[in-house]
Amino acid sequence: MSPKTLYDKIWDAHLAHEAEDGTCLLYIDRHLVHEVTSPQAFEGLRMAGRQVHAPDKTIAVPDHNVPTTAGRENAETMPEDSRIQVAALDSNAKDFGIHYYPVSDVRQGIVHIVGPEQGWTLPGMTVVCGDSHTATHGAFGALAHGIGTSEVEHVLATQTLIQRKARNMKVEITGKLRPGVTAKDITLSVIGETGTAGGTGYVIEYCGEAIRDLSMEGRMTVCNMAIEGGARAGLIAPDETTFEYCKGRPHAPKGAQWEAALAWWKTLYSDDDAHWDKVVTIKGEDIAPVVTWGTSPEDVLPITATVPDPSDFTGGKVEAAQRALDYMDLKPGTPLSEVKVDTVFIGSCTNGRIEDLRAAAAILKGKKIKDGMRAMVVPGSGLVRAQAEEEGLADIFIEAGFEWRLAGCSMCLAMNPDQLQPGERCAATSNRNFEGRQGRGGRTHLLSPAMAAAAAITGHLTDVREIM
Amino acid sequence: MDKFTTLTGVAAPMPLINIDTDMIIPKQFLKTIKRSGLGVNLFDEMRYDDDGNENPDFVLNKPAYRNAEILVAGDNFGCGSSREHAPWAIKDFGIRCVISTSFADIFFNNCFKNGILPIVLPQEDVDKLMDDAERGANAILTVDLEAQTITGPDGGTISFEVDAFKKHCLLEGLDDIGLTMEKSAAIDAFEARAAVERPWV
Repeated sequence: MSPKTLYDKIWDAHLAHEAEDGTCLLYIDRHLVHEVTSPQAFEGLRMAGRQVHAPDKTIAVPDHNVPTTAGRENAETMPEDSRIQVAALDSNAKDFGIHYYPVSDVRQGIVHIVGPEQGWTLPGMTVVCGDSHTATHGAFGALAHGIGTSEVEHVLATQTLIQRKARNMKVEITGKLRPGVTAKDITLSVIGETGTAGGTGYVIEYCGEAIRDLSMEGRMTVCNMAIEGGARAGLIAPDETTFEYCKGRPHAPKGAQWEAALAWWKTLYSDDDAHWDKVVTIKGEDIAPVVTWGTSPEDVLPITATVPDPSDFTGGKVEAAQRALDYMDLKPGTPLSEVKVDTVFIGSCTNGRIEDLRAAAAILKGKKIKDGMRAMVVPGSGLVRAQAEEEGLADIFIEAGFEWRLAGCSMCLAMNPDQLQPGERCAATSNRNFEGRQGRGGRTHLLSPAMAAAAAITGHLTDVREIM
Repeated sequence: MDKFTTLTGVAAPMPLINIDTDMIIPKQFLKTIKRSGLGVNLFDEMRYDDDGNENPDFVLNKPAYRNAEILVAGDNFGCGSSREHAPWAIKDFGIRCVISTSFADIFFNNCFKNGILPIVLPQEDVDKLMDDAERGANAILTVDLEAQTITGPDGGTISFEVDAFKKHCLLEGLDDIGLTMEKSAAIDAFEARAAVERPWV
């Protein structure tokens, strides 16, 4: 048998049909659904008189639009258009008989945090969601990617996706990370290396000692941003860390089924002599705590660097960098550690899990945020929030001066009232620094939770290693 | 889905690289439960000032390009979120074809589901078409999907590649779901097999 990559193995195990021209139907094991990209898909089903093909494999949760302030169970407190979208998901979930975690359920949260937390996401599965950060689930060795609303409708109706196979790309992070360097710094550094289109047309498998050493939560942070590097999906081969995380989760297999699953999961790795279409290798020790300076996730530099000059670049990037600096109101040559911020956002599907909150709280313990700073923690799920309260992390955040919010996507994409005002500058643990992403005219610097906490204390982008 | 066969129309130049889906349609317009009506907010933050007035410097606000049906764009067009609202907004504005050196995967796929043809060309061809597009109202291109050609205002022709299945669906305006349902026996067989091999799923 010819050697295969992990992606090849999962693909082969889910191929339901292949046409002569190579167009394939890939079977989908888990379909995650949220309120923003699904209403038109359910409407399409209704118009055509179709049912959801596999409601038991379909899981819905509202996250993008929901307020993160107390009293939100009362839908009347939501803006009208958001309320209509959430109400539509409520009724679609009920009408089509799919699994659902409404706002009032403690298990509600960001769809990419809820799926793994509840054990819906397991190794070797195919997972899709109408959201590009579905790549997150690749941390389990699941083939997971974002799809558009037409494809959401297609999966609802047929439990398959029309696909062509992507190419294989290996991203290896060798050796150990230095102190103060996190999964977020890995994933941003990879994008800095490959560019935002470097992974287009590929599925990335992250490997190497530094990846193996990460917890499941760190691995989810890495895979989450595969899409920011252009790859639809990122993968990490499952291992004991993965199995340990999955065991005992509400929807993970039990007993004999667990043993059978485990036996298969242990075959899910790339063969030694598998073919790679592209390979990128980065030494773990070369990765520093990083921040973004521009309006693309590839605009990333170590915190010790200075704002670049557009003339440092070539081609279309010259104009793009100039536009980014104008938008960000930054001057070339300014040390990044001197850039003042007025807002700090800790949360999102990238960094809204318990370990992220622990890392930020470790920096904040016994300290106060800078006067005038607006700082917010938005746990990724109700369960993350409850655990953080139990561990005393919530008290640390509140005493430091942070707002302690309810779960949702919040200021990552600012669809709910959590938004930047024009000209405000935010240190954010989220995944996109696009123009207007966190609110029209708002400026975003992406960084790790520990770095965000450091910036909240000092009032400017800060090398967390100086505070640790 | 609307068919796409041939298209002759004004091409608007947007040479900026990495135009993301937040630029194409900002988040505040994703709160709709419909597919239609998004064209007025296409490129909203570039197209309008803070008071909602048109920015006269933005390409689609210039008289020559107000009825553009083709976009010639910089590298990595459509990167970012999976929101299909981006192609919905593009189509609602009246644009049926986008040409670039590269597209983000999800956006690229979403276009085909909505009767929009995204065309990938080498840099020198995109540069040439960008020059053509800079000619304002004279920037008329003809895209022939069947022949896989783009003809410029000076009569020069550029060929392009397109996936055969996607081409077929666009030319015929076919509904993906209907096509897949014709293969339901294969899906049923897969499910029966998977239920034995991976019963925990």
